[in-house]
Amino acid sequence: MLNQMLLSSVVEWSRLQFALTAIFHWFFVPLTLGLSFIIAIMETIYVKTGNEFWKKVVKFWMTIFGINFAIGVATGLILEFEFGLNWSNYSWFVGDIFGAPLAIEGIFAFFMESTFIAIMFFGWNKIGRKTHLTASWLTAFGANISALWILVANGWMQNPVGMKFNPATARNEMFNFWDVLFNPSAIAKFLHTITSAYVLSAIVVVGVSCWFLLKGREKIFAKKSIIVASVFGLLSSAALIITGDTSANNIATTQPMKLAAMEGLYKGKEGAGLSVIGLLTPGKEAGDKRDAFVFNIEIPKLLSIMGYRKVNAFVPGVEDLINGGFQYTDSEGKTVAALSVEEKIRRGKEAIASLAKYQKAKKEGDNIAAEGAESDLMKNMKYYGYGYLNSPSSVIPNVPLCYYSFRIMVGLGFLFILVFILTLWVAMKPAGPMPKWILRLSILSVPLVYIASQAGWIVAEMGRQPWTIQDLLPTVAAVSRIDASSVMITFFLFFVLFSILLIAELKILFGQIKKGPGIASNNQPSK
Amino acid sequence: MDTTYIFLQHYWWFLVSLLGALFVFLMFVQGGQTLIYTLGKSEDEKTLIINTLGRKWEFTFTTLVTFGGAFFASFPLFYSTSFGGAYWVWMAILLCFVVQAVAYEYRTKANNFLGKKTYEIFLLINGFGATVLVGTAVGTLFTGANFSVNFSNLTNLGGNLTISEWHHPFNGLEAVWENPLNITLGLAVFFLARILGALYIINSVDNDNILQRTQKRLLYDVVPFLVFFLTFVICLLLKTGVLYDAGGNCKPEEYKYLKNFLQMPAILVTFLVGVVCVLWGTGKTVFSKPVYSKGIWFAGTGTVLTVLALLLTAGYNNTAYYPSNVDINSSLTIVNSSSSKFTLTAMSIVSIAIVFVLAYIFYFWRVMNRKKMTVEEIKSESHTY
Repeated sequence: MLNQMLLSSVVEWSRLQFALTAIFHWFFVPLTLGLSFIIAIMETIYVKTGNEFWKKVVKFWMTIFGINFAIGVATGLILEFEFGLNWSNYSWFVGDIFGAPLAIEGIFAFFMESTFIAIMFFGWNKIGRKTHLTASWLTAFGANISALWILVANGWMQNPVGMKFNPATARNEMFNFWDVLFNPSAIAKFLHTITSAYVLSAIVVVGVSCWFLLKGREKIFAKKSIIVASVFGLLSSAALIITGDTSANNIATTQPMKLAAMEGLYKGKEGAGLSVIGLLTPGKEAGDKRDAFVFNIEIPKLLSIMGYRKVNAFVPGVEDLINGGFQYTDSEGKTVAALSVEEKIRRGKEAIASLAKYQKAKKEGDNIAAEGAESDLMKNMKYYGYGYLNSPSSVIPNVPLCYYSFRIMVGLGFLFILVFILTLWVAMKPAGPMPKWILRLSILSVPLVYIASQAGWIVAEMGRQPWTIQDLLPTVAAVSRIDASSVMITFFLFFVLFSILLIAELKILFGQIKKGPGIASNNQPSK
Repeated sequence: MDTTYIFLQHYWWFLVSLLGALFVFLMFVQGGQTLIYTLGKSEDEKTLIINTLGRKWEFTFTTLVTFGGAFFASFPLFYSTSFGGAYWVWMAILLCFVVQAVAYEYRTKANNFLGKKTYEIFLLINGFGATVLVGTAVGTLFTGANFSVNFSNLTNLGGNLTISEWHHPFNGLEAVWENPLNITLGLAVFFLARILGALYIINSVDNDNILQRTQKRLLYDVVPFLVFFLTFVICLLLKTGVLYDAGGNCKPEEYKYLKNFLQMPAILVTFLVGVVCVLWGTGKTVFSKPVYSKGIWFAGTGTVLTVLALLLTAGYNNTAYYPSNVDINSSLTIVNSSSSKFTLTAMSIVSIAIVFVLAYIFYFWRVMNRKKMTVEEIKSESHTY
């Protein structure tokens, strides 16, 4: 009992520490991903036109990029090593699959990024314009390729494919690299994440530019920056909607509990509607008689369409997934009855017991017994991770957190489309007063876009609790065996350090923005 | 025995060792950071040194990240055991690097919140802390650590589920005092980083005052480096290592590392050539007039060769590269800790691209360093550290 309590405490602190690092990391990374492309586009205009105005524009945004980049690198380093530091069992149990994308990310993407970023910042007087432009594009590609590999790894955690369990090594081993790389969850995750990062970057550029317009400074610079960023943002938003829809469709088949939590759907139904906005009943728990919502406005049938591409498809709710019994199509295309979580836990414990028998038989050199145990293990391997759980309710994520985070993400996403359209109109207007409310809304959108971006990750990661790897390894079995106090100390250490660095970053950023690009307002770019 | 699998395990130990060796070389940035106040007497000189080093900080950082990723992918049991157990020593190393990343970028920016001095202190923390701690941690590859590995823990429902367990309350920090050889290597790495930092500054800066000062300063680092490095090497050659047999059983073997060098002459030659290069590059810079500026290329190449040879001797020739001081049969070897044959094969195909990556890094490094840096150049730049 005491052992379990201590373990649980380490699990909680380890989760908190990982979440803290990931949240801080994600404050900085999306701007790097998108701004690098916006800068490359602006520099392309500079090289094409030869107009020094654009060079100054590029240099201003590059300064913002550099300030943001450094702290993103710092938090990323911690995140990579935390897989081993805090999740020791995880590192062995799936290291054979998970490690490869991480290594490829380092070899291909990080070196590309670090080599060309140095040229981008310090190469203006050392190499030709076109070579410099190439370096800027390669920096952007390097950053985005690094996102590809880490998101392939993350997508695999959400939907583990291309591997099989090897009882001799007590771990999962990769047998198909292409399955891992082209895992539908990974592709959807990558595309959705990078397009969201592009939207975030576009909003930052638009917001900062609107601040200049509000102050009556750097008007030409601001308007030109808005045009580039809002077109980039609009295109990215369109892609974001498509990739969001693909993600929802994926989640419905691979992580139905996450979808149910995102929708506050306790009881499943055919032709389920998508909740647009609602208030969840406080304290509502699976199995109680209370309604899930105090109020709920929904679009009829849309959840069934998004999840299963059928108007009247059955979408299982939290209680259906706990109790089982509903019909669904499995990965082989057969229609089968879903098992209850209780049954999955029973089968999972059988799988773990079979693994123990296998290990004992191997130790004793009894190959026949080992073969039998392996065969039993494979029958229940699908439910292996459930064997570490003790209660069916432990597979339910935090429903309110997932439900509200999802609405914040989607709602703000649509607001940003409006911001791009309005600001584009403002920037294209030849003359006349600019509506201040549009400028203010754009500035306000900057903190909002960070909230939306973080909310997206909260849905993705909190929605798959208690799993580190869906159905295979819960957090309780993935954690390192270290004192909770050690993790607690490093948690607060990181919290203080990252907070200080964030404050420093923001102060420097605001300082640089106030300083401005130093382009006189009458210095118009040549046509 | 599957010879292809064995080859792949050796190949990946080579790659990880190469990345480790390149990382030690690139720690010239850290070594140089500890010399900022010694070599830069005026604000201009200090800024010149910081900018010279700052343009390379990312390479060290990236190599560390790639080293971690490659180790995770090829030898995940090490990742699981060492990082999950020696928690504090790795955390301390990471913290030393976190403060470096921002220090360069924020140091001279307006409104930097903590002030210029604080960011310079960050650089010093990184310079002193990271070099000594990395060297100390690497020392445990030879001296061992306090862990055990038990795969059956995974089935221990209701009890301890963790495969790798650490058996010391200081979770890795004990490496600093438990075996003097670790800290000896840590100090050798520290002084080596300072030597390399000084040689890099000599190679990259066009400023007579700094060059003269750096040349004079070098000797103060060369002497302690030689003392610590030779102590480490002599102790290593006399040391008992851990040998594993075909069945995976481990046992102690006297003079294991000495035998490894003798039984693998190519590695011995690599080691000796490396040491000679380091001494040549350093010695020529210390004693030549005018100051010889290409010493970094010899000393850098020598560092890579020496560290590569040391890491290869730690893992090749049936040697446990991470001996367990608690349960000898838990010791990690390149056989029992590696990824599957499939994964190593897939990654080996990917690794062919490393040649291309190294080629473009080398090319652009040369392009950027073609002209030595001056105070005037820094003043004319729009982006400075």
